[in-house]
Amino acid sequence: MTAGPVLLDAPSRRRAGAGLRGIETVDPAEVDRSDRLAMMRSGELGSVHSWELVTAVDGPGTRLTVFLSGCPLRCLYCHNPDTLAMKDGEPVLADDLLARVARYRGIFSATGGGITLSGGEVLMQPAFAGRILRGAKELGVHTTLDTSGFLGANATDAMLDDTDLVLLDIKSGDEDTYRRVTGRSLAPTLRFGRRLAERGVTVWVRFVLVPGLTDDPANVAAVARHAADLESVRPGTVERVEVLPFHQMARDKWAALGRDYELDGTEPPTPEGTEAVREVFRAHGLTTY
Amino acid sequence: MTTDAAPTTTTAWQGFTPGPWCDGIDVRDFIQRNYAPYTGDAAFLAAPTARTAGVWERLSAMFPAEREKGVYDVDPHTPAGITAHGPGYIDRDAELIVGLQTDAPLKRAIMPNGGWRMVAGALKTYGYPVDENLEKVFTSYRKTHNQGVFDVYPPNVRAARSSHVITGLPDAYGRGRIIGDYRRVALYGVDQLVAAKKVDKLGLDVQPFSESVAREREEHAEQIRALGELKEMAASYGYDISGPATTAREAVQWLYFGYLAAVKEQNGAAMSLGRTSTFLDVYLERDLQTGRLTEPEAQEIVDDFVIKLRIVRFLRTPEYDQLFSGDPTWVTETIGGMGEDGRPLVTKSSFRFLQTLYNLGPAPEPNMTVFWSPRLPRGFKEFCAQVSIDTSAVQYESDEQIRPAWGDDAAIACCVSPMAVGKQMQFFGARVNLAKALLYAINGGKDEVTGTQVSPAFPAVAPGMPLDYDDVRARFDRTMDWLAETYVEALNCIHWSHDKYAYERLEMALHDKDVLRTMACGIAGLSVAADSLSAIRYATVTPVVDERGIVVDYLIDGDYPAYGNDDDRVDAIAVDLVESFMARIRGHRMYRDAVPTQSVLTITSNVVYGKATGNTPDGRRAGEPFSPGANPMNGRDTHGMLASALSVAKLPYDQAQDGISLTNTVVPSGLGRTRDEQVANLAGLLDASVGGDGYHMNVNVLVRETLEDAMEHPEKYPQLTIRVSGYAVNFVRLTREQQLDVLSRTFHGGL
Repeated sequence: MTAGPVLLDAPSRRRAGAGLRGIETVDPAEVDRSDRLAMMRSGELGSVHSWELVTAVDGPGTRLTVFLSGCPLRCLYCHNPDTLAMKDGEPVLADDLLARVARYRGIFSATGGGITLSGGEVLMQPAFAGRILRGAKELGVHTTLDTSGFLGANATDAMLDDTDLVLLDIKSGDEDTYRRVTGRSLAPTLRFGRRLAERGVTVWVRFVLVPGLTDDPANVAAVARHAADLESVRPGTVERVEVLPFHQMARDKWAALGRDYELDGTEPPTPEGTEAVREVFRAHGLTTY
Repeated sequence: MTTDAAPTTTTAWQGFTPGPWCDGIDVRDFIQRNYAPYTGDAAFLAAPTARTAGVWERLSAMFPAEREKGVYDVDPHTPAGITAHGPGYIDRDAELIVGLQTDAPLKRAIMPNGGWRMVAGALKTYGYPVDENLEKVFTSYRKTHNQGVFDVYPPNVRAARSSHVITGLPDAYGRGRIIGDYRRVALYGVDQLVAAKKVDKLGLDVQPFSESVAREREEHAEQIRALGELKEMAASYGYDISGPATTAREAVQWLYFGYLAAVKEQNGAAMSLGRTSTFLDVYLERDLQTGRLTEPEAQEIVDDFVIKLRIVRFLRTPEYDQLFSGDPTWVTETIGGMGEDGRPLVTKSSFRFLQTLYNLGPAPEPNMTVFWSPRLPRGFKEFCAQVSIDTSAVQYESDEQIRPAWGDDAAIACCVSPMAVGKQMQFFGARVNLAKALLYAINGGKDEVTGTQVSPAFPAVAPGMPLDYDDVRARFDRTMDWLAETYVEALNCIHWSHDKYAYERLEMALHDKDVLRTMACGIAGLSVAADSLSAIRYATVTPVVDERGIVVDYLIDGDYPAYGNDDDRVDAIAVDLVESFMARIRGHRMYRDAVPTQSVLTITSNVVYGKATGNTPDGRRAGEPFSPGANPMNGRDTHGMLASALSVAKLPYDQAQDGISLTNTVVPSGLGRTRDEQVANLAGLLDASVGGDGYHMNVNVLVRETLEDAMEHPEKYPQLTIRVSGYAVNFVRLTREQQLDVLSRTFHGGL
């Protein structure tokens, strides 16, 4: 197991933030750090970066996507580098977030949508995530988890029972490339994927195509094989594969954070190149976009 | 009910289910008894015929020259009127539906009754001679609307007008936004309409004299005269429209003659068509069923009609174009919606009208407006969504808000103004600049640009101190008191004069005798005002005073909740402003006992309003455009397109009954991976928005690169259509400044 005990970090920011408009945040001045950590361990409190109502990108229909703060990976192409540190998030009570989920029930039913927990890495805050997923199911809302799977061991069976769909990001096909891209190991992701398939959780596999980093044909072929393996565990598991072409829209975020951005000079893949990679997945009989 | 219809109607109405519509003018009753709802999909639709394509090509060849010069041609010598010009054709032998505003396509007429200055200005702009005789007539002998208004404007109105806190008023141009019930011409023929008007007039003749009775008698006499001219004009094209239409093609032709007469005579800001497709469907279905028409022939008639509607043109000045850019005419056609009895008002012709956007390519006119309800048939919803994705040429209004307020035979005039067709009209009132009024409140009534005292003087805010929300809000109330009073005064003057000097006799001839009139006020700069108040409340805003002692800028410390993120803290401020201003409007007496309403709509005037407004406490810089309509400020709505729409949906329709406009642009990939997914997701978004009490949504499905390329290479995109506040325009016909404004708006899309 790579995933050890979860290291929580109490979020301390307080601002009428651009990311969390409309959701109450806890005033750090009123709840001290140890209490905040206790509340996080119980899942009453989460460190949240922002929310958005989006269509068609984070699961089916129109979704309330909630970006949690904190991530164990350091992906070179990360497009949300502002969600990497848990302490930089804003403290949000699970009940306040669930109130927003309840508010959008009509929208979810009109659009066939639901809630997507994303990040950052959702499974850095499993208690909080579990509470939100449970609450959403109680409200009859479709639930999606967007994760790298690296901390899959943190997901309890109960949590997975409350999860309708997992967007499983397989960032590379072999250990070496995976480590080069993320700084971590691939194995936990594959273990988590197998567990999902065995438990009957539907999966959308995602793969970010970065020229010069993840586009080596052998790497692509390996990711496609992993996806096909999941499908063979329980046919119907991998409902679709999304090959996401790398983009440079996060460049400003890296600069604003003052972090070194290795991919500064990397160009997005060509449409033809992206299509060719999709064909590799399709060759395994996988529905791929 | 038995009917004693005239011999002509027995053939014309053959096969129709009779009812009260046979005994009196009642188009809605005719539709309800005779239309066939269609719940299928778009598979039945037909492609354009070679004939249609030929006519459209001949016309399209003229567009580049028009775009280049601004106008294709002008007749500078003939004041417009229903019978002023002889017949004109695009391709006489090929046209199924005939009639042009003048004697040649794209040749514009002069319409001096609104004001001579506008005519002379436009002629000079485009290099045409100003006819000396006409100038003499319209400056010495025949008073115009423009002169009439300025004879009665009090000084406070003039001051508010020249400081741009109230602008765009229809005091030098035709007010428009009146929809004649052109369907009546087809269903009844002109003679029956004249007979009915004569009966109405008899009723007026027996009432003793009063100014209002005399006015109505005179108006009826004018209406009857206009109907006579309508018949004469049709006769010049070889048609006798004294009796009702007997076939589908005639029904379209008769209806179009009615509309054509209106646009021959009135240069209204918006000359909308009404709600015609389902009415016409009754005729098309009858001819299809009797084998008189095939589907391609039915489509061909609709295509040919729409070609005519696409080339309605008015002669306007550059100042006007700045307010309403892209040469719009707002030939708005309302499509779909649900009936009061629960049946959808969707017919195959609802599809046929939308199909013209494929058969002829995308275009801004006619302004295709779908009344959306989550209860609409799925096939129609999906076709609408598909057309939006392919053409960006459709706007949506909430049938769930409009039907309960105005019934199921209402249509949109212009962009978002609903009215019961033939039973209701509006006095168009442009809009006031709420953001600038807030600056007056801060500066004790002095204009932040000129330093002039415009509204009544009171002490300005204390210098050097952060602004206090309660103090500013109270000041704003005082300023809004003055603003509402001055604004209503201006509108009363304008419409009194317009009725007197530029009365819409033909359009009103196609209305009932007793008409509900609304005084359609409007506000611009709502999001700027709401965000400014939010900044004052939630951040620390300190005013910066210049050497004149005028507050000209603001230092903002901290963040504030911005309108457009479904955040109740600031959205409540926007709601409060809408309610407060409406309450103030209601406190005043309206000309002709009109019912006051207001809109949150700017059309493209958000650019000029912004230009005339200094720095605002939300951080917006002086001169920067406002967001259009009720939209959140560009870039401040950071929580997705639907969150933005939900903020706007909180604005209460019963306090803004003239409509609330929202424009959204989404990239195709922001709607889904596959076309089916995109269609289903867009339909779902519209269901969610209307279900969440949203009133209006313009939907653009575009990528930014397309617009950027179109700015550089306009010749490659002659038909690129985009929706702006409440209407569609040819992107390449916008000014560069407006193109940049469109580009700066939020594109909602997934990454």
